[in-house]
Amino acid sequence: MDSVTSDARTPLSASADNGLKIVIVGGFGVGKTTMVRSVSEIRPLNTEETMTQAGAAVDDIRAVRGKTATTVAFDFGRITLDARNVLYLFGAPGQERFWFLWDRLFSGTLGAIVLVDTRRIDDSWYAIDRLEHHGTPFVVACNDFGGTAHPPAEVRAALDLEPHVPLLHCDARSRESSKQVLISLVEHISGLAAAPHPEPLQELLP
Amino acid sequence: MSRPGRDDAPDRLYTVTGGRSRTAPDSPFDLVTLVMAESAPAPGMQSEHARILRITEHPTAVVEIAAELRLPVSITKILLTDLHDQGRVSARHPRTAAPSGRPDPDLLEQVLVGLRNL
Repeated sequence: MDSVTSDARTPLSASADNGLKIVIVGGFGVGKTTMVRSVSEIRPLNTEETMTQAGAAVDDIRAVRGKTATTVAFDFGRITLDARNVLYLFGAPGQERFWFLWDRLFSGTLGAIVLVDTRRIDDSWYAIDRLEHHGTPFVVACNDFGGTAHPPAEVRAALDLEPHVPLLHCDARSRESSKQVLISLVEHISGLAAAPHPEPLQELLP
Repeated sequence: MSRPGRDDAPDRLYTVTGGRSRTAPDSPFDLVTLVMAESAPAPGMQSEHARILRITEHPTAVVEIAAELRLPVSITKILLTDLHDQGRVSARHPRTAAPSGRPDPDLLEQVLVGLRNL
Protein backbone atom coordinates (compact mmCIF):
# COMPACT_ATOMS: atom_id res chain seq x y z
CA MET A 1 0.00 0.00 0.00
CA ASP A 2 1.23 3.44 -0.87
CA SER A 3 1.92 5.68 2.02
CA VAL A 4 -0.60 8.37 2.66
CA THR A 5 0.87 11.54 3.95
CA SER A 6 -0.92 14.56 5.28
CA ASP A 7 0.51 16.58 2.43
CA ALA A 8 -1.27 14.39 -0.11
CA ARG A 9 -4.68 15.00 1.36
CA THR A 10 -7.18 17.16 -0.40
CA PRO A 11 -9.13 18.83 2.37
CA LEU A 12 -12.85 19.42 2.26
CA SER A 13 -14.22 22.91 2.38
CA ALA A 14 -14.92 24.23 5.87
CA SER A 15 -18.62 24.42 4.99
CA ALA A 16 -18.92 20.66 4.38
CA ASP A 17 -21.33 19.32 6.96
CA ASN A 18 -23.17 16.32 5.54
CA GLY A 19 -21.52 13.02 4.61
CA LEU A 20 -23.45 10.61 2.40
CA LYS A 21 -22.79 6.99 1.53
CA ILE A 22 -23.20 4.90 -1.58
CA VAL A 23 -21.81 1.38 -1.62
CA ILE A 24 -20.52 -0.50 -4.66
CA VAL A 25 -20.80 -4.22 -4.02
CA GLY A 26 -19.33 -6.95 -6.14
CA GLY A 27 -17.11 -9.98 -6.35
CA PHE A 28 -13.34 -9.97 -6.48
CA GLY A 29 -11.95 -8.29 -9.60
CA VAL A 30 -15.28 -7.00 -10.85
CA GLY A 31 -14.07 -3.40 -10.95
CA LYS A 32 -15.27 -1.83 -7.70
CA THR A 33 -12.05 0.04 -7.05
CA THR A 34 -11.87 1.02 -10.71
CA MET A 35 -15.30 2.59 -10.51
CA VAL A 36 -14.46 4.39 -7.27
CA ARG A 37 -11.28 5.73 -8.87
CA SER A 38 -13.12 6.88 -12.01
CA VAL A 39 -15.31 9.33 -10.13
CA SER A 40 -13.44 10.06 -6.90
CA GLU A 41 -11.74 13.40 -6.32
CA ILE A 42 -9.17 11.67 -4.12
CA ARG A 43 -7.05 8.64 -4.84
CA PRO A 44 -9.04 5.71 -3.42
CA LEU A 45 -8.07 4.95 0.16
CA ASN A 46 -8.32 1.68 1.97
CA THR A 47 -9.39 0.93 5.49
CA GLU A 48 -10.78 -1.94 7.45
CA GLU A 49 -13.09 -3.10 10.15
CA THR A 50 -12.80 -6.06 12.45
CA MET A 51 -15.50 -8.32 13.75
CA THR A 52 -15.91 -11.62 15.47
CA GLN A 53 -16.64 -14.74 13.45
CA ALA A 54 -20.08 -14.80 14.98
CA GLY A 55 -20.70 -11.40 13.50
CA ALA A 56 -21.53 -9.86 16.82
CA ALA A 57 -21.09 -6.12 17.06
CA VAL A 58 -17.97 -6.49 19.12
CA ASP A 59 -14.59 -4.91 18.67
CA ASP A 60 -12.92 -7.35 20.92
CA ILE A 61 -9.16 -7.32 21.02
CA ARG A 62 -9.12 -10.70 22.74
CA ALA A 63 -10.95 -12.09 19.76
CA VAL A 64 -8.35 -10.61 17.43
CA ARG A 65 -5.62 -12.19 19.49
CA GLY A 66 -7.43 -15.53 19.51
CA LYS A 67 -7.86 -15.30 15.75
CA THR A 68 -11.59 -15.75 16.07
CA ALA A 69 -12.04 -12.35 14.48
CA THR A 70 -12.19 -11.48 10.82
CA THR A 71 -11.03 -8.30 9.21
CA VAL A 72 -12.78 -6.90 6.20
CA ALA A 73 -11.02 -4.27 4.14
CA PHE A 74 -12.77 -1.84 1.88
CA ASP A 75 -11.85 0.97 -0.49
CA PHE A 76 -13.46 4.33 -0.64
CA GLY A 77 -13.39 7.55 -2.58
CA ARG A 78 -15.03 10.92 -2.26
CA ILE A 79 -17.09 13.32 -4.37
CA THR A 80 -17.80 16.85 -3.17
CA LEU A 81 -21.34 17.49 -4.39
CA ASP A 82 -21.76 21.08 -3.24
CA ALA A 83 -20.73 23.38 -0.42
CA ARG A 84 -22.32 21.14 2.22
CA ASN A 85 -22.81 17.63 0.85
CA VAL A 86 -19.97 15.16 0.41
CA LEU A 87 -20.61 11.73 -1.10
CA TYR A 88 -18.41 8.83 -0.02
CA LEU A 89 -18.29 5.85 -2.34
CA PHE A 90 -17.36 2.54 -0.81
CA GLY A 91 -16.17 -0.48 -2.71
CA ALA A 92 -17.18 -3.44 -0.61
CA PRO A 93 -16.49 -7.12 -1.07
CA GLY A 94 -19.62 -9.11 -1.72
CA GLN A 95 -18.57 -12.22 0.14
CA GLU A 96 -20.61 -13.64 2.91
CA ARG A 97 -18.57 -12.52 5.91
CA PHE A 98 -18.79 -8.92 4.81
CA TRP A 99 -22.54 -8.77 5.36
CA PHE A 100 -22.14 -9.14 9.09
CA LEU A 101 -20.69 -5.66 8.97
CA TRP A 102 -23.31 -4.10 6.77
CA ASP A 103 -25.37 -2.51 9.53
CA ARG A 104 -22.36 -1.31 11.42
CA LEU A 105 -20.70 0.32 8.43
CA PHE A 106 -23.45 1.12 6.00
CA SER A 107 -26.60 1.86 7.92
CA GLY A 108 -28.05 5.06 6.50
CA THR A 109 -26.51 4.45 3.10
CA LEU A 110 -28.46 6.07 0.28
CA GLY A 111 -28.21 2.97 -1.87
CA ALA A 112 -25.97 0.46 -3.54
CA ILE A 113 -24.59 -0.43 -6.94
CA VAL A 114 -24.21 -4.15 -7.56
CA LEU A 115 -21.35 -4.40 -10.02
CA VAL A 116 -21.59 -7.56 -12.11
CA ASP A 117 -19.21 -9.43 -14.36
CA THR A 118 -21.58 -11.26 -16.70
CA ARG A 119 -19.05 -14.08 -17.03
CA ARG A 120 -19.45 -14.76 -13.31
CA ILE A 121 -23.00 -13.80 -12.70
CA ASP A 122 -23.60 -16.08 -9.75
CA ASP A 123 -21.07 -14.03 -7.74
CA SER A 124 -23.83 -11.44 -7.46
CA TRP A 125 -26.73 -13.51 -6.21
CA TYR A 126 -25.81 -13.29 -2.58
CA ALA A 127 -25.27 -9.53 -2.68
CA ILE A 128 -28.66 -8.96 -4.29
CA ASP A 129 -30.32 -11.21 -1.75
CA ARG A 130 -28.71 -9.35 1.14
CA LEU A 131 -29.55 -5.89 -0.20
CA GLU A 132 -33.17 -6.94 -0.56
CA HIS A 133 -33.05 -8.27 2.96
CA HIS A 134 -31.69 -4.97 4.30
CA GLY A 135 -34.19 -2.96 2.27
CA THR A 136 -31.36 -1.03 0.63
CA PRO A 137 -32.27 0.46 -2.77
CA PHE A 138 -29.91 -0.73 -5.50
CA VAL A 139 -29.23 -0.84 -9.20
CA VAL A 140 -27.34 -3.57 -11.05
CA ALA A 141 -24.53 -2.46 -13.35
CA CYS A 142 -22.83 -4.94 -15.69
CA ASN A 143 -19.23 -3.91 -16.14
CA ASP A 144 -18.04 -4.23 -19.73
CA PHE A 145 -15.12 -6.62 -19.93
CA GLY A 146 -15.23 -6.70 -23.72
CA GLY A 147 -16.66 -10.20 -24.02
CA THR A 148 -19.92 -11.28 -25.54
CA ALA A 149 -22.70 -8.87 -24.71
CA HIS A 150 -25.56 -10.61 -22.96
CA PRO A 151 -29.08 -9.39 -23.71
CA PRO A 152 -30.51 -7.52 -20.71
CA ALA A 153 -33.44 -9.90 -20.47
CA GLU A 154 -31.04 -12.80 -20.13
CA VAL A 155 -29.05 -11.08 -17.38
CA ARG A 156 -32.20 -10.04 -15.58
CA ALA A 157 -33.47 -13.59 -15.65
CA ALA A 158 -30.14 -15.01 -14.51
CA LEU A 159 -30.09 -12.60 -11.56
CA ASP A 160 -33.78 -13.12 -10.85
CA LEU A 161 -34.14 -9.35 -10.64
CA GLU A 162 -37.38 -7.68 -9.65
CA PRO A 163 -38.80 -5.75 -12.62
CA HIS A 164 -38.44 -2.38 -10.89
CA VAL A 165 -34.69 -2.77 -10.26
CA PRO A 166 -32.71 -0.88 -12.93
CA LEU A 167 -30.26 -2.97 -14.92
CA LEU A 168 -27.45 -0.96 -16.53
CA HIS A 169 -24.44 -1.51 -18.69
CA CYS A 170 -21.29 0.38 -17.81
CA ASP A 171 -17.57 0.75 -18.24
CA ALA A 172 -16.15 1.22 -14.75
CA ARG A 173 -12.98 2.73 -16.23
CA SER A 174 -14.98 5.61 -17.67
CA ARG A 175 -15.75 8.57 -15.47
CA GLU A 176 -18.80 9.48 -17.55
CA SER A 177 -20.17 5.94 -17.52
CA SER A 178 -19.63 5.54 -13.78
CA LYS A 179 -21.22 8.92 -13.17
CA GLN A 180 -24.29 7.79 -15.16
CA VAL A 181 -24.58 4.70 -12.96
CA LEU A 182 -24.56 6.91 -9.85
CA ILE A 183 -27.18 9.21 -11.35
CA SER A 184 -29.38 6.22 -12.26
CA LEU A 185 -29.10 4.95 -8.71
CA VAL A 186 -30.09 8.27 -7.14
CA GLU A 187 -32.97 8.67 -9.61
CA HIS A 188 -34.12 5.17 -8.65
CA ILE A 189 -33.93 6.07 -4.95
CA SER A 190 -35.91 9.25 -5.60
CA GLY A 191 -38.54 7.23 -7.43
CA LEU A 192 -38.83 4.80 -4.54
CA ALA A 193 -38.99 7.61 -2.01
CA ALA A 194 -41.81 9.27 -3.94
CA ALA A 195 -43.76 6.06 -4.51
CA PRO A 196 -46.73 5.12 -2.35
CA HIS A 197 -45.68 3.20 0.68
CA PRO A 198 -44.30 -0.12 -0.56
CA GLU A 199 -43.16 -1.94 2.53
CA PRO A 200 -45.45 -3.08 5.30
CA LEU A 201 -44.85 -1.00 8.42
CA GLN A 202 -45.52 -3.93 10.71
CA GLU A 203 -42.06 -5.25 9.93
CA LEU A 204 -40.59 -2.31 11.75
CA LEU A 205 -42.42 -3.14 14.95
CA PRO A 206 -40.79 -5.34 17.56
CA MET B 1 3.31 -4.89 3.27
CA SER B 2 1.68 -5.43 6.59
CA ARG B 3 -0.65 -2.91 8.07
CA PRO B 4 -1.12 -2.28 11.72
CA GLY B 5 -4.34 -3.78 12.87
CA ARG B 6 -4.56 -6.34 10.16
CA ASP B 7 -1.82 -8.83 10.60
CA ASP B 8 0.26 -8.45 13.62
CA ALA B 9 -0.79 -5.75 15.92
CA PRO B 10 -3.55 -6.60 18.35
CA ASP B 11 -1.23 -5.61 21.15
CA ARG B 12 -0.60 -2.25 19.57
CA LEU B 13 -4.31 -1.63 19.17
CA TYR B 14 -4.82 -2.59 22.77
CA THR B 15 -2.25 0.00 23.75
CA VAL B 16 -3.65 2.70 21.49
CA THR B 17 -7.03 2.53 23.17
CA GLY B 18 -5.76 1.98 26.69
CA GLY B 19 -7.20 -1.51 26.70
CA ARG B 20 -10.67 -0.54 25.62
CA SER B 21 -11.98 -2.56 22.77
CA ARG B 22 -15.55 -1.51 22.37
CA THR B 23 -17.13 1.66 21.20
CA ALA B 24 -19.93 2.81 23.43
CA PRO B 25 -23.18 1.48 21.98
CA ASP B 26 -24.44 5.01 21.58
CA SER B 27 -21.29 6.14 19.79
CA PRO B 28 -22.47 8.98 17.62
CA PHE B 29 -19.77 8.49 15.03
CA ASP B 30 -20.83 7.21 11.65
CA LEU B 31 -18.33 6.27 8.94
CA VAL B 32 -19.09 9.57 7.25
CA THR B 33 -19.49 11.79 10.29
CA LEU B 34 -17.36 14.85 9.52
CA VAL B 35 -15.01 15.67 12.38
CA MET B 36 -13.51 19.09 13.05
CA ALA B 37 -10.71 19.89 15.49
CA GLU B 38 -11.67 22.43 18.12
CA SER B 39 -8.19 22.77 19.58
CA ALA B 40 -4.57 22.31 18.67
CA PRO B 41 -2.64 19.25 19.85
CA ALA B 42 -1.40 19.72 23.42
CA PRO B 43 2.07 18.74 24.65
CA GLY B 44 2.12 15.26 26.12
CA MET B 45 -1.03 14.21 24.34
CA GLN B 46 -1.24 10.63 23.08
CA SER B 47 0.25 10.66 19.58
CA GLU B 48 -2.88 9.25 17.89
CA HIS B 49 -5.00 11.97 19.49
CA ALA B 50 -2.55 14.62 18.35
CA ARG B 51 -2.57 13.21 14.81
CA ILE B 52 -6.35 13.28 14.70
CA LEU B 53 -6.36 16.95 15.73
CA ARG B 54 -3.95 17.74 12.91
CA ILE B 55 -5.91 15.70 10.35
CA THR B 56 -9.18 17.39 11.32
CA GLU B 57 -8.06 20.98 10.89
CA HIS B 58 -10.43 20.70 7.93
CA PRO B 59 -13.65 18.67 8.15
CA THR B 60 -12.66 15.03 7.72
CA ALA B 61 -14.82 11.92 7.67
CA VAL B 62 -14.28 9.20 10.26
CA VAL B 63 -13.37 6.74 7.50
CA GLU B 64 -10.69 9.09 6.14
CA ILE B 65 -9.23 9.49 9.61
CA ALA B 66 -9.13 5.70 10.02
CA ALA B 67 -7.39 5.32 6.65
CA GLU B 68 -4.85 7.97 7.47
CA LEU B 69 -4.12 6.55 10.93
CA ARG B 70 -4.13 3.06 9.44
CA LEU B 71 -6.29 1.86 12.26
CA PRO B 72 -9.54 -0.11 12.12
CA VAL B 73 -12.66 2.03 12.06
CA SER B 74 -13.82 0.83 15.47
CA ILE B 75 -10.52 1.77 17.12
CA THR B 76 -10.61 5.15 15.42
CA LYS B 77 -14.09 5.72 16.82
CA ILE B 78 -12.84 5.04 20.34
CA LEU B 79 -10.12 7.65 19.92
CA LEU B 80 -12.61 10.13 18.47
CA THR B 81 -15.01 9.55 21.33
CA ASP B 82 -12.19 10.46 23.75
CA LEU B 83 -11.51 13.71 21.96
CA HIS B 84 -15.20 14.50 21.61
CA ASP B 85 -15.77 13.92 25.32
CA GLN B 86 -12.94 16.37 26.02
CA GLY B 87 -14.45 18.96 23.69
CA ARG B 88 -11.40 18.81 21.45
CA VAL B 89 -13.32 17.85 18.32
CA SER B 90 -16.81 18.56 17.09
CA ALA B 91 -18.84 16.24 14.90
CA ARG B 92 -21.14 16.95 11.98
CA HIS B 93 -23.35 13.92 11.76
CA PRO B 94 -24.94 12.78 8.49
CA ARG B 95 -28.45 13.96 7.70
CA THR B 96 -29.86 11.47 5.26
CA ALA B 97 -33.36 10.63 6.29
CA ALA B 98 -36.44 12.75 6.67
CA PRO B 99 -38.42 12.20 9.88
CA SER B 100 -40.38 9.53 7.99
CA GLY B 101 -37.20 7.47 7.83
CA ARG B 102 -37.06 7.82 4.08
CA PRO B 103 -34.40 9.80 2.26
CA ASP B 104 -35.20 13.48 2.21
CA PRO B 105 -36.38 14.35 -1.36
CA ASP B 106 -34.66 17.75 -1.23
CA LEU B 107 -31.40 16.08 -0.31
CA LEU B 108 -31.74 13.55 -3.14
CA GLU B 109 -32.28 16.43 -5.55
CA GLN B 110 -29.11 18.12 -4.26
CA VAL B 111 -27.22 14.85 -4.79
CA LEU B 112 -28.50 14.59 -8.36
CA VAL B 113 -27.53 18.16 -9.15
CA GLY B 114 -24.07 17.57 -7.71
CA LEU B 115 -23.58 14.36 -9.70
CA ARG B 116 -24.79 15.89 -12.96
CA ASN B 117 -22.31 18.72 -12.49
CA LEU B 118 -19.37 16.35 -12.16
